[in-house]
Amino acid sequence: MMLHIPILRHGEPYESVEKFEIVHYATGDPVALVSQANSGMLVRDIHRVNSDVLDQYTVAELITMTKKAGEIFIGGTVPVGNREQSFDDYIRDLSATTGMPITYCRNNAKKIYRMFNEIDQVVAGLTRGFDLGILDRGYGEDDGRMLSFYREANVLGAVLPSNSPGVHSLWMPAVPLKTPLVLKPGREEPWSPYRIIQSFIAAGVPKEAFGFYPTDHGGAAELLRTAKRSMLFGGEATTRPYAKDPGVELHGPGFSKVILGDDVAENWEKHLDLMVSSVLANGGRSCINASGIWTPRHGRAIADAVAKELAKVEALPADDPNAQIAAFANSKMAEMISQSIDQQLATPGAVDLTEQHRGSARLVRHGRVAYLLPTIVWCEEPVGRNSDTAHSLANKEYLFPYASVVECPTADMPDAIGPTLIGSAITSDKSLIASLMASPNVDRLNIGPIPTWQISWDQPHEGNLFEHLYRQRAFQVEPAA
Amino acid sequence: MTTTLEDNITEAKQRLDAHVREIVAWHFDPQTGCPFWLEQAKRLDFDPREDVRSYADLDRFGNFQDEWLRGGPVRRWVPKAYADQPVYVFETGGSTGVPKSRVNVNDFRIDYEMFSETLNDESFPKGADWLMLGPSGPRRLRLAVEHLAQHRGGISFCVDMDPRWVVKLIRKGRPQEMHEYKDHVVDQGLTLLKAHDNIRCLFTTPKLLEALCERVSLVKTGIKGVFCGGTQMTPQFHRFACEELLEGKVQFVPTYGNTLMGLACCKPFDPADNYDIIYHPPSPRAMVEVVSFDDEKTVVGYGEWGRARLTTLTKEFFMPRFLERDECKRTPPCEPYPWDGVANVRPYSGFQTTVVEGVY
Repeated sequence: MMLHIPILRHGEPYESVEKFEIVHYATGDPVALVSQANSGMLVRDIHRVNSDVLDQYTVAELITMTKKAGEIFIGGTVPVGNREQSFDDYIRDLSATTGMPITYCRNNAKKIYRMFNEIDQVVAGLTRGFDLGILDRGYGEDDGRMLSFYREANVLGAVLPSNSPGVHSLWMPAVPLKTPLVLKPGREEPWSPYRIIQSFIAAGVPKEAFGFYPTDHGGAAELLRTAKRSMLFGGEATTRPYAKDPGVELHGPGFSKVILGDDVAENWEKHLDLMVSSVLANGGRSCINASGIWTPRHGRAIADAVAKELAKVEALPADDPNAQIAAFANSKMAEMISQSIDQQLATPGAVDLTEQHRGSARLVRHGRVAYLLPTIVWCEEPVGRNSDTAHSLANKEYLFPYASVVECPTADMPDAIGPTLIGSAITSDKSLIASLMASPNVDRLNIGPIPTWQISWDQPHEGNLFEHLYRQRAFQVEPAA
Repeated sequence: MTTTLEDNITEAKQRLDAHVREIVAWHFDPQTGCPFWLEQAKRLDFDPREDVRSYADLDRFGNFQDEWLRGGPVRRWVPKAYADQPVYVFETGGSTGVPKSRVNVNDFRIDYEMFSETLNDESFPKGADWLMLGPSGPRRLRLAVEHLAQHRGGISFCVDMDPRWVVKLIRKGRPQEMHEYKDHVVDQGLTLLKAHDNIRCLFTTPKLLEALCERVSLVKTGIKGVFCGGTQMTPQFHRFACEELLEGKVQFVPTYGNTLMGLACCKPFDPADNYDIIYHPPSPRAMVEVVSFDDEKTVVGYGEWGRARLTTLTKEFFMPRFLERDECKRTPPCEPYPWDGVANVRPYSGFQTTVVEGVY
């Protein structure tokens, strides 16, 4: 019998009349049937969530349960529909339906485990270290100051992606922060959120705190509308309609960048590995991968060297230990991305240097799947603060290792880079550092040779989950006479 | 002597063929036909009154062009036999440009009186009042549901609802306003439900039913039966509506229909259908077939998916072989409806541009 992944309605499995099949990325063989929720079900269930269900525990108790859940996640067996799933089963299933390399899946699973295991530090980072008992009591003194918070969110809803399992760690702190979850998994990746939920439940967290709703776009829209607080992962077109909605925390395109200062541009070779790794790590699929390398000088040479390294990457099967990039189970998507880049390259001013080094096209087809090999584009025209001559490929992000290399005067960089999720500025130039510190364009600023993908969990980017879920109130208390 | 389903199928087919001959004779008779078809007859390489002897012969007309119904003059569609009768004009949703128009004299009344025969009196009591919470304006539904209520001895309470405004809000990316409008419609429905104890029957659309049931238990308001239509319904929605929105206590009657064809009735609920929503057209007045996506002249096999093709055969309106913007699965005849049905109708996925379906 084929594996069936049910909907979880307040923790209870529900088999829908409608199911969709998810298949092995390479063979097309069915892997599982996933029950699909209708949009009205999401609305109905969100309105009926017991939003206080986690209030029966202290934050400290929930942190203990979260750590226990981490051990179950990484080493235990949990129910998935009509089967039991070991950790190795999970990795195999995850790779099978997403086309991600096994090694990539394991690394991402370790990220998730780290979130479970270091949840106390993460929560401390989110709350900036105040006594967490204040959340249990609703108020209390911290360092001599009265603090009081109340939870604004009835639930945390999340519309999740299929491309990067590590991002699931972003919503996990909602559990120790006492907020029930309503999750819409990515179509090809029900595995991680389902396993995380089951690990929490096995560790003693009430199942009523979890909703898991595979659904369509209409269902996702209803989730975002109905949950008072939510997260949305997706590209620019997906996130744009919610840009002004304070209830929706957006995790959209990153446009993350490596930025070289005037003081290090001459010695760029020293940072070649960091640039390559920032583009390629995790298959180059995350918003925290660099999609731009900005330098005041030597752009062509830098682009050439990075391209030469990345041209060595091959399209390998997911179970090959040397695999570094993921397959596109939907080969049409890979074709469309590649065609889009080629069309833009037809406009003079940008050159794909990886293709020159590799001597072959970026689009590779293996059977029913396709791969996009890393692509480094050198943009010949320097970009300035007020420049409107930037090539269209100078600031693009794609679902594979892609980056443009752009020359820009450092004084203009803070404005010219545009929205940048992670900016790794390799420089000691105090003026550049100060202007980047002052720039609203950079969400997470790394000063020094720090790869864009190296993030610390206790410092959230793209919004602080605690501030998303809770609101501080003014509070005074006097004993009654 | 008992009749079998096979006998009934044969009899229904004979009745359909006879009806085709009668309707074609009517529409191509210079004394009774409408100017459009009389003019069209001059361009045909056959004589419809002589050469069309069966339903299958309607293929000779080729596909009905939906552009024929967009714009005027609409009087070219009024049969000469009805030239002195009061004429209504009804429009389709308008989500795909200039709306299509269909003239009506009595068809909407006849269609809904036939539909009334399929409703059970326990769930849709005679003499009970209705709430019509659905598209109004130039749509046939507004008057048709009112006539249904009156035909069953009740009064229909109505609320204004403009689906074209909803489509516009969706296209402009203004979901918040769309939901405010939905709430405005639902608020009015709730006010009527609370104020009028004799409302026992409801017509509404799937989305409005969900919104209504988020605000009130229809069981507690005394509603006994819900007639639902207007937009796509999935099998999962069907189950959700029966089990949860209506708490297993109110009869749910999904329908498929439009201004051009009329109203197709839902096959009585059978657990074996696993909540597939199976509709049967009001033969012989209208037929729905499922034709191949690749060859629109070929009807697909039972259980296969294809595009919906409508044929309307009334004395007021003759519309052979109209390719609808829906796709569906062909289902076999059944006991109450001994002719083909269609299951799980949904918007046709083959269009290059996305059709914004009125969410109501």
